[in-house]
Amino acid sequence: MTTQIIQVHNLVKRYKNADSNAVDGVSFGVAQGEFFALLGPNGAGKTTTISIFTTTLAATSGSVWISGHDLGKEAAAVRSSLGIIFQKPSLDLNLTAEENIRFHAILYGLYPFRPAYRLMPRAYREQVEELSAVLGIGGDLFRPVKTYSGGMKRKLEIVRSLIHSPKVLFLDEPTTGLDPQSRRALWEYLRKVRGESDTTIFLTTHYLEEAEEADTICIINGGKIISTGTPEELKTELLEEYLILDAEDRDALERELSERGIPYTVASPLRVDLNGRSAQSVVQSIVTPLSVMRLHTPTLEDAYLSIVGGDDEGI
Amino acid sequence: MREFNAVLTIAYRDVAKFTRDRTRLVASLIFPVIFVAVLGGSLQANIGDRAGYDFLVFTFTGVFAQTLFLSATQGVISLVEDRENDFSQEIFVSPISRYSIILGKIVGESIVALVQGVVVVLFGLVIGVPLTLAQIVGLLPVAVAACLLGGAFGVFVLGNISSQRAANQIFPFVIFPQFFLAGVFSPIQVLPLPLDVLSRISPLRYAVDLTRNRTPRRVRRRSPGKPLLQPRGDRGDVRRLPGGGNTSVHPARA
Repeated sequence: MTTQIIQVHNLVKRYKNADSNAVDGVSFGVAQGEFFALLGPNGAGKTTTISIFTTTLAATSGSVWISGHDLGKEAAAVRSSLGIIFQKPSLDLNLTAEENIRFHAILYGLYPFRPAYRLMPRAYREQVEELSAVLGIGGDLFRPVKTYSGGMKRKLEIVRSLIHSPKVLFLDEPTTGLDPQSRRALWEYLRKVRGESDTTIFLTTHYLEEAEEADTICIINGGKIISTGTPEELKTELLEEYLILDAEDRDALERELSERGIPYTVASPLRVDLNGRSAQSVVQSIVTPLSVMRLHTPTLEDAYLSIVGGDDEGI
Repeated sequence: MREFNAVLTIAYRDVAKFTRDRTRLVASLIFPVIFVAVLGGSLQANIGDRAGYDFLVFTFTGVFAQTLFLSATQGVISLVEDRENDFSQEIFVSPISRYSIILGKIVGESIVALVQGVVVVLFGLVIGVPLTLAQIVGLLPVAVAACLLGGAFGVFVLGNISSQRAANQIFPFVIFPQFFLAGVFSPIQVLPLPLDVLSRISPLRYAVDLTRNRTPRRVRRRSPGKPLLQPRGDRGDVRRLPGGGNTSVHPARA
């Protein structure tokens, strides 16, 4: 049985003077080493949830256990086991990249304070060089962060968040504002991290294609969980395949479908719900010459849009 | 040990930022000097000599305390800037105590303030404030106390504002009246009751008072040498203030 590294029970958050709960009775678990995606439109409650998990926001009620610690009672212990990449880069732009990493490493108790890189222990220097080489920022370590591009800042944040080998890495919409190339590089690196370590990844995103790689997707909207499962489960559970048919003699086709008891929706062309039938058996049973024949297979995006119903109200 | 290292690293960050920000560096070192030289010099030339009081030393001690206090206050309030730049998230999700964060901030900004204090003292020596080495060493604990008080006041202001913009708007109202209520540049021995009440609740007053009280009496005498930037004026006898109320000058005694 896999260990649950995050356990959430009936989590509720209501902001002051708000009419409704931003997070409304959410319960779920995340297994160790899992890639878990919390997916939802803007204002769904994703950032509120991740803010509670990362101890920057207090829950109104409910319980959260992370890495065996009760979030409400042992916040410091929880914090030391987390790595976090925030929605907006949280770097000190006036310091160099290395100073940002050193600052982090000392706050997390990995090394004693030293006022210069060369005075830091050898283990630290090796770790920084190794991580930054992997991300391709090795040559820029001693430049002020304000000279970095958006993609480089994200890479630096990843190096920083992994320096203390966190058990769970939280990523709150990490690719916001990144160009496609930087997004791809980020995901390639995260795949590598997952391959090399047992780090659990907890992602919030409203980009579906990012969630499609997850082991588990949890769709949240209006502060409530709407659906949870693997990407495949969500596809099969939430949307049905259907056939798109049409014929020169559409009346004959409609008559034939009615006679055979095959439900269809009148449109142009006709939409034939399969309801468990195979597409092949439906097509074989029709003798009217067809002019259009197409099988509609749902994408995860279809499933997602059907679930959130275009309800995209921002908070 | 982790908390101790955290305090040091947070403090180091502030000092590193200070030394790299040339505009801030120059401004924070030049302003106190201008105050002492221009304000102290002109007060002394126009009023001091006739009043028989050394306004140059008076301004020096006031500006010394005010520089330390204000620098520490502003430094702590810069946590708002961190909040707006989202850097505070990095600090607040780290596994260190909130007390270490604020202590590190106060220590860092106090070091920055002390650097400015050293410049003020050096300038004081140049323009003829008669400080001995022992007196300068004696100013050190006073300076640390002024910084800590300024830092604590910064925490108080920080707790009541939400943005850098609010800080910029509120700061002049919170600080400028204190310059006068605390007697940084002007004597406050006789004040109308409402101003007296405000003066007594001004934290800066206590930093200034402490500095003046801890400054040996000899310092409050008129320097025998002619100070730089001191316009020639009609100099009367220089008298020492009676009693220990050092933030004040009694005009009647002139």
